[in-house]
Amino acid sequence: MGSLVDLKKRTVCQAETKMKGNPYIPMSATIVERIEETPNIFTWKLKLDDEQQRKDYRFKCGQFNMVYLFGIGEVAISIMGSEGDSFLHTIQAVGRVTNAMSKLQPGDHVAIRGPYGIGWPMMESKSRDLVFITGGLGCAPAVSAIREAIKNRDEYGRLVIMQTVLHRHDMLWEPQYDEWRKVRSTQVLLASDRDKTAWPNWKKGRVGALFREAKFDINHCTVMCCGPHPMMTGTSRTLVDMGVKEDDIYLSLERNMQCALGHCGHCQMDEAFVCKDGPVFTYKRIKDVLERRGF
Amino acid sequence: MTTSTKKPRVSVHKFASCSGCQLAFINMGENLIKLTELVDIVHFAEAGPLGPDDEVDISFIEGSITTPHDVERLEKIREKSTFVITVGACATSGGIQALKNNADSDVWMRSIYAKPEYISSLSTSAAIKNHVKVDFELWGCPVDVKQMLAVVRQLLYGVAPLDINEKVCQECKRKNTVCIMVTKGEPCMGPVTRTGCGALCPSFGAPCYACYGPAENSNVKLLGERFIGLGLDQNVVKRKFLSIHNATPAFAEAKLLWSDTEGAQQ
Amino acid sequence: MAVQFLAPESLQNLLTVLEASGYQVMGPQLSEGAIVYDHINDVADLPRGIETLQKPGSYKLQQTSSTRFFNWANGPAALKPLLYKARQALWSCEQVAQAVNGGFVFKDLVPQAVPTAVIGVRPCDIAAMLIQDEHFIQSEYCDPYYKAERDALFTVAVNCSSCAETCFCASTGDGPSLDDGYDLLMDELDSGFLIRAGSTKGEQVLKKLPVTAASEDLTAMAAEQSAHAAEKQKRYLLDENMHANLFSQLDNRRWHDIAERCLSCGNCTSVCPTCFCHRETEQAELDGQSTRHFREWSSCFNADHSVMHGHSLRDSSELRYRQWMLHKLGSWIYQYGRSGCVGCGRCIAWCPAGIDFPAEANAISGEVELWEA
Repeated sequence: MGSLVDLKKRTVCQAETKMKGNPYIPMSATIVERIEETPNIFTWKLKLDDEQQRKDYRFKCGQFNMVYLFGIGEVAISIMGSEGDSFLHTIQAVGRVTNAMSKLQPGDHVAIRGPYGIGWPMMESKSRDLVFITGGLGCAPAVSAIREAIKNRDEYGRLVIMQTVLHRHDMLWEPQYDEWRKVRSTQVLLASDRDKTAWPNWKKGRVGALFREAKFDINHCTVMCCGPHPMMTGTSRTLVDMGVKEDDIYLSLERNMQCALGHCGHCQMDEAFVCKDGPVFTYKRIKDVLERRGF
Repeated sequence: MTTSTKKPRVSVHKFASCSGCQLAFINMGENLIKLTELVDIVHFAEAGPLGPDDEVDISFIEGSITTPHDVERLEKIREKSTFVITVGACATSGGIQALKNNADSDVWMRSIYAKPEYISSLSTSAAIKNHVKVDFELWGCPVDVKQMLAVVRQLLYGVAPLDINEKVCQECKRKNTVCIMVTKGEPCMGPVTRTGCGALCPSFGAPCYACYGPAENSNVKLLGERFIGLGLDQNVVKRKFLSIHNATPAFAEAKLLWSDTEGAQQ
Repeated sequence: MAVQFLAPESLQNLLTVLEASGYQVMGPQLSEGAIVYDHINDVADLPRGIETLQKPGSYKLQQTSSTRFFNWANGPAALKPLLYKARQALWSCEQVAQAVNGGFVFKDLVPQAVPTAVIGVRPCDIAAMLIQDEHFIQSEYCDPYYKAERDALFTVAVNCSSCAETCFCASTGDGPSLDDGYDLLMDELDSGFLIRAGSTKGEQVLKKLPVTAASEDLTAMAAEQSAHAAEKQKRYLLDENMHANLFSQLDNRRWHDIAERCLSCGNCTSVCPTCFCHRETEQAELDGQSTRHFREWSSCFNADHSVMHGHSLRDSSELRYRQWMLHKLGSWIYQYGRSGCVGCGRCIAWCPAGIDFPAEANAISGEVELWEA
């Protein structure tokens, strides 16, 4: 992985060094609303406390924020979407910080730095078929892209939305998927791996079970995939076997991120800093290390 | 705990130990006063308050389990506590007294006490976690009060405490302390020892003696061989590991690695 | 300004002029059995005639009959601790009732850096500093903490006339003599110093020194001295770009062999003058009302370096050592256009287990013939 092309790209980035103040300082924000999605998944609607910061804040689909819990520290959370001058984070309480975050209530404060990273290729994918493949809570980073595509429906080809979960009750936002199903030239395909019941509109199995029904132009599509590692590698290989080009497949990765600025070194995968060179990568760029232990 | 208006209740219990960790607690100075403003200390015999059977949010436990009565008492404490934190080497790994686990305690008892039948003691000294579930471990002999306060602070925020298990060497380097093993050939236990002390001994030129116990991914065999290369006798090397934290699986490996020289083990 | 000559007895003038120019002066001194940079105002405190004997896992000082001030190779710390602090407070935060909507108030803790001149900087350490400049300053986000210290730094580098057994800067192209990146650069000869400026700041200081034009004989002598020092280095890196080599050997059995000899203690990454990994930590006041956010040096040899959802992606010394070497000698080239190794040899001498980094890299790349240890 890595090529001189990447080096040149980086030089351009360096020329545009971001100089707005100290990038390490978070911005105070208020939890405006808290939605309990499941017993351990919740969505926050956050609003920055400072008016100027609120005006300046812009993000792209697939980017993330560093979210700060007072007295404890920061965690990287993808940005799920925005509503007016607020933005949404869907968080799974899995670690010591996110567990504590799950106890915060509307009116409580957190702080954020961001947005960070390179998001989904929305601009580059105009007129192409968009294929969203997500697993579990992996749907959160992709939801913003799906919404963006639906908002600008005419600018894209077919939309195929595939989501897999272990059990149907793990599925977040099923009504929203039902809404998306009604959009023109849009396929919504859902699968659960371990359910015994045959739910209407649901397949049994993993992503593979959905591919048979998915209709998109393999030569003119952009795949946006997010989920557990084995699911992403398996899906990418299947797609490549089907004839999809490796650089048309985009994966959103997760790594230990602490600074999000490319300084702390924790998120490196070979030469890539996942925080600033990602978290969205083409399968082509990342495949050599994606499947290896220890990266 | 942050949302509750009631102050969290804390107890400090002692089992087989030198009480040094409790003393460290008492010696924290001004912070002890601040702490009592934040929590209710309901049981802390060495400092005064007595309420051993009260329900509490956090129990700090010092000392290892060495008698049948200890076991009963510990089980009660666990039942009455939301969060159990072991404090120091004895509670966390069994302490120096766990050396008795390798010996015949009946023989010792008969040779030391005139009337051994009056003594009711287990044949082993065990860590708290060998008997009940432990939520967090504070290593050290004695513990570092700054670490202890950081743990309390995190719990008050409602967050599980952060465990850093890197080696002492890294703190030495951050403090710009010159490595005494590399410059003077001192047999320093830093490369296998858990951080937390602030690399205290090496900063005074003394080799680390592993009072914080094994760090994560400790290469005991290699460090022992390195000590032998520096001229230490196998038995001396073995004893460096079979000391305060002799009962930890990582350091207990030393028993197998360097066992057959000069007969007697202790 | 051309190369100048500074008599040995005028070395004190350099310290005086630097002080008069507003710098606190730091220089090499003997401490705890090693050469370390510390505050200095008298040349008598320099380690005159001292040599460093460095071997895998061993560092010793030796007094020689030489009258030279800079006859040693290097000490445990490069410029790194002065610029990229081992523990740096980044910001503090308070919960303030009267703040905007009752939110948090953050206070920037970027330091007011003290102008500092360091004399006796080794060429490899200047090379390492330039690499860290690129990482912290010329990256997409400029790091204001590093930059504050860096802007306040004045370097007086001294080309190496004698190398330690662990040095291999000649093979990485970072020494024993220096091309650029310094404010002042000296060559130490028996008769005195050749000195030249490499920056405007350097020129201003040089102007105030009692120097004379250096003769061609002396400059030739200095060049010869450096060449001789380079020739004496027996350690080398097979290839400056090891990415392809190492990446093709991810499953090489030797990683496992190294792991058996590795303490996973992180001494190598701490002494490495280019290693930049750090963790962020937080220290709240006991009353819970205010808190400070720090960063501190960390290492790819720690479990928490690669932790995700409670699991370490690199759970063994094998994977950690591979990460450190592959990054340093491979990935680094794609990140910064050159290898992250400047050949200072610290990772060899200060490894308590005595692992020989370039030997291991060469071996994994297929070079079996090693230097006499």
